[in-house]
Amino acid sequence: MQKGTLSKALAGGAIWGFIILELIFFSIAGSYLSISDQAFMDWDNMLLLLKQSAPIGIIAMGMTLVMVNGNIDLSVGATFAIAAIILLDSMTWPIFAGLGDWVIPVAWLLALAVGTFLGALNGLIVWKTGVDAFIVTLGSMLGFRGIVFMFNGENPTSHLNWTLVDFAEAEFLGFATASWFLVAVTIAIWFLMTKTVHGRNAYAIGDNREAAVNAGIRVGPHMMINFAIIGFLAALSAVVFYSESGSVNPNDGQLYELWVITAVVLGGTKITGGAGSVIGTFGGVIAIQLLRKGLGHIGADTSTVNLVIGLILIAVLFLDRQLNIKGKEELKV
Amino acid sequence: MTDAKPVLHLDNIVKTFPGVRALDDVSFSVMPGEVHALMGENGAGKSTLMKVLGGIYQPDGGDIYMGDDKVVMSGPLEAKAKGIVFIHQELSLAEELTVAENIYLGELPKKSFGRVDWGKLAEQTNAILQKLKVGFDAKTRVGDLSIANQQMVEIARALTVDAKAVIFDEPTASLTDAEKVVLFDVIADLKRDGVGIIYISHRMEEIFKITDRISVLRDGQYQGTVATADSTEESVTQMMIGRKLDLSRNVSHHELGDVALEVRGLSCGKLYQDVSFEVRRGEVLGFYGLVGAGRTEIAETLFGLRDPSAGRILLDGEDVRIQSPADAIARGISLVPEDRKGQGLVLGMNCRDNMTLPQVDDLKAGPFVAEGAEVAIFDQYRDRLDIRTPGWKARAGNLSGGNQQKIVIGKWLSMHPSVLIVDEPTRGIDVGSKSEIHKLLRELAAQGYAVMVISSEMPEVLHVSDRIIAMYSGRVMRTFTSDEVTEDNLIQAISGLGGDQAA
Amino acid sequence: MATLSKERLGSVLASQGILIAFVLFMIAFTIANPKFLSADNVLSVIRSSAIIGVIALGVTFVVISGNLDLSVGSMMSFSTIVVLDLHDKIGPLMAIPAMFAMTLCLGAFIGFLVGYLRLNSLIVTLGMLSAIHGLTLTYSGGQNMDIADKAGTWFGVFGQGDALGIPVPILIFVLLAAVLGMVLAKTPFGRKVYAVGGNGTAATFSGIPRARTVFYCYLTSAFCVATAGLIQASRSLGSQNTVGQGLELEVLAAVILGGASLLGGSGTIFKTVIGVLILGFIQNGLLLVGLQFYVQFVVTWVIITLAVWLDIAAKRGKLWSPIA
Repeated sequence: MQKGTLSKALAGGAIWGFIILELIFFSIAGSYLSISDQAFMDWDNMLLLLKQSAPIGIIAMGMTLVMVNGNIDLSVGATFAIAAIILLDSMTWPIFAGLGDWVIPVAWLLALAVGTFLGALNGLIVWKTGVDAFIVTLGSMLGFRGIVFMFNGENPTSHLNWTLVDFAEAEFLGFATASWFLVAVTIAIWFLMTKTVHGRNAYAIGDNREAAVNAGIRVGPHMMINFAIIGFLAALSAVVFYSESGSVNPNDGQLYELWVITAVVLGGTKITGGAGSVIGTFGGVIAIQLLRKGLGHIGADTSTVNLVIGLILIAVLFLDRQLNIKGKEELKV
Repeated sequence: MTDAKPVLHLDNIVKTFPGVRALDDVSFSVMPGEVHALMGENGAGKSTLMKVLGGIYQPDGGDIYMGDDKVVMSGPLEAKAKGIVFIHQELSLAEELTVAENIYLGELPKKSFGRVDWGKLAEQTNAILQKLKVGFDAKTRVGDLSIANQQMVEIARALTVDAKAVIFDEPTASLTDAEKVVLFDVIADLKRDGVGIIYISHRMEEIFKITDRISVLRDGQYQGTVATADSTEESVTQMMIGRKLDLSRNVSHHELGDVALEVRGLSCGKLYQDVSFEVRRGEVLGFYGLVGAGRTEIAETLFGLRDPSAGRILLDGEDVRIQSPADAIARGISLVPEDRKGQGLVLGMNCRDNMTLPQVDDLKAGPFVAEGAEVAIFDQYRDRLDIRTPGWKARAGNLSGGNQQKIVIGKWLSMHPSVLIVDEPTRGIDVGSKSEIHKLLRELAAQGYAVMVISSEMPEVLHVSDRIIAMYSGRVMRTFTSDEVTEDNLIQAISGLGGDQAA
Repeated sequence: MATLSKERLGSVLASQGILIAFVLFMIAFTIANPKFLSADNVLSVIRSSAIIGVIALGVTFVVISGNLDLSVGSMMSFSTIVVLDLHDKIGPLMAIPAMFAMTLCLGAFIGFLVGYLRLNSLIVTLGMLSAIHGLTLTYSGGQNMDIADKAGTWFGVFGQGDALGIPVPILIFVLLAAVLGMVLAKTPFGRKVYAVGGNGTAATFSGIPRARTVFYCYLTSAFCVATAGLIQASRSLGSQNTVGQGLELEVLAAVILGGASLLGGSGTIFKTVIGVLILGFIQNGLLLVGLQFYVQFVVTWVIITLAVWLDIAAKRGKLWSPIA
């Protein structure tokens, strides 16, 4: 009994311990290896880190909900790209020509609506066909990417709206716009998952789907809502990011699902569903971004980041297993 | 009670599936404050009937009445809303959630913005838990509770609605005796409150202890309802199978051979300690005890699935260390496991492949599996064990429980083991197949196998064993010969009373 | 009995359904463009499917054993880069076995993690996707890899050569499919793979070494990836270090399309080959009727979803899922 709680506490707290470890390591290693004189744990650097975490972080919150629910969504990267194209492309559509800067909220809404729709479509397929979410979203990951290419072939889609760029680059109380969005989304999903009936049902379904069905929870629509939420968040992430950058390549967002799932798993969410927390995921997102920045800080190149993150993901899985082993008495199967 | 209206009345229910008449004109009623047993072999239609009652299946004919009203159960939710509650055999709880969240699963009290009203939830839950007099509170994580307490959570769930009828489906399958007492108290309380109770169980002693009436189904047909007080185990069994079941005591009548397996001072951590016994060729050694007494764990150790923490295992007088199932198999030890579907069979595989699985490496023609030899083995054991399948290509998952068990037994007999360990050989198997398997176990012993039978059913151990080891809480309490053993002293031994430490 | 035969009928329909769809699809495209079924075109389709096909053969083992392998794409990049690099350093004759050995080491590592340590294969291979990608970038220093003397090497034979009028990649694919098909369907090892994927616990209780079986599945997968890397390197004699990116998805799509369940225990090499060919012909057919290459992504999405859906529907006897 204590054992379960202990390993849970460890799993819950581990991500923060890991972050502290990273901070210490990169601060010390950085003072020897860094090419710049800037300290790693500089306040501005940390603020930048938060901002850079936003695109992955926003999606990761949705992924936490979906994974706790016992599903997975591999199509988020492609949804991200579609939403980005809608955002930038729609601002140039002739029908919106007379709107001036009012085109911005319209474009935002359009992008968010499309993301939500694509997510809901995934959810609807999962619900109505009974096909596993892994396969459904594996398929739509390809399909959505195909749609991305249909807009502009292999060419980038670009449109810079300076009002939008100003908004995206603005800072409020020291936090960049993107950071505010990340924080707001984190709080919103945290509230959803811990305080609301919908959120508690998400855990129940992921934990024991049959029990949830027997208890009269409408599992199909419930899952569809969650897929719609992650679609919305993938679009929101794109909206936040491309408001600033103004140009989207058809390959953008590729491997985002990898980063997002890594963050969620690092944050302690159970792969099989039923357990996990938004706070843990937030830690996972920060930990990954710290690692990327930190490795860059000490002069390692991007290849090392991939290597290290891959291995850390496996190491976390391994540690989790070790913590949950019941000792020598266990059945050897 | 005589004047009262039944809380629930099923009238001439018919349910057909393509090619099968699963329920044929079944009528059945429960009075308020009555515990009504529903009995029948597996496949007799009990679960179909309950699914009709629960709204999972719609009947093809017949009506359901509650009191004077004719009702239609459109689904599980509607059944629940009408006060019909199921306590399932397999617990359906979300382990990561709290007791309160589980009890109110699907109907958490809401505040504004879809928030859970935690205060109200705790209040309602505590009220129910108090009524049940349980020793845990609303905020405990369900995964941290014992199985019995988890079952209490299920029962608590039943009390959240204004239950008119509660259906218990094999509720005691995983409970200890002490926990059973608590359960029966709860049932008594419900009874006092005028709730109608349907009690589904295979365990005769419970049926006779707590039920008022017994209804029996056979092959989807209603066989009748009798007052418990007016019936006996024999009469009920006869209703269930249409004939008499031989559950006489075993009398050994053949010579025993050498000691095949000897165990001395074997321990495995907290699971069991200092266990010693021996089995001879030609002998059936029964292991009797409560669930959790360590019997299955001993079998698993002998089969190389657990490492013992102390003690010796001797095969034909030689000290051995058994590291893995492959190791055990090579040394002539076979295990027919407790969980047939989870451990015994690959349900998606065909019968032949299941049967030859342990020796697939040995049945080779060049680099390939010799399929001809496999079919020959399958045919041989199909005939010997009278396995009824459409052919070896049938998927194991499509067979009945009894035939599945025979496939598992055939799998091990075809390995020609010297020691055959059989864990719960007839769990979930219908009465007819049961006696066939009992007969088979006796025959195997007569042919010179050393057989260990682990069972939680007293008639079964008494029927098949030459000697019986009574276990309690990880220890051997006493070893009985078939002359010494009585139902009383066996029960005492497995309850931790009055056993002497005879080796 | 009745449910049995119905279930059988369903599963026969489901397994043949994909073939029927395939035939209908071929007919439709042949009508749209008669060139579609010409020998030249068919050979070119199979040739361009060879790489995905070869990898899919290995992944079939992994999937039947109840696991996933998402690392095959980045592992193939690794193989391709390594063999190209070693080609100039130690010569093709040594480079090939060296590359196979290195790729098999990666496979062994994954097999150890998933088989012996029982870690979740989805996450492990997701991690390895990233890690091997990093490894490849580190190995190549982020540069593209090219053979210096492209005209003076016989190394191109695996990707560009012909034997008996048939392109070598096709021969490799067919040969490997035949061998692995036999291994899976006829040998004790194949039987164990099905047992472990169908019910790992029951397999253990029958004395089947579960960990070792899974381990060998990943070795098989790595061997196939190395072979695919060899074909890829040989075909172009030069490569980017992201050459295999995203392949894991197409491979998985082909395996799923062939009807293997991701839960394990079902699927065959033959079905996987069909799945690979379907994907190949779709891609080709869409191009022949003048559509852009990316349209195939959308079509693949629809086809995979439909295929798996109909398979499940046939098994449960209901088109729509019973989830409320």
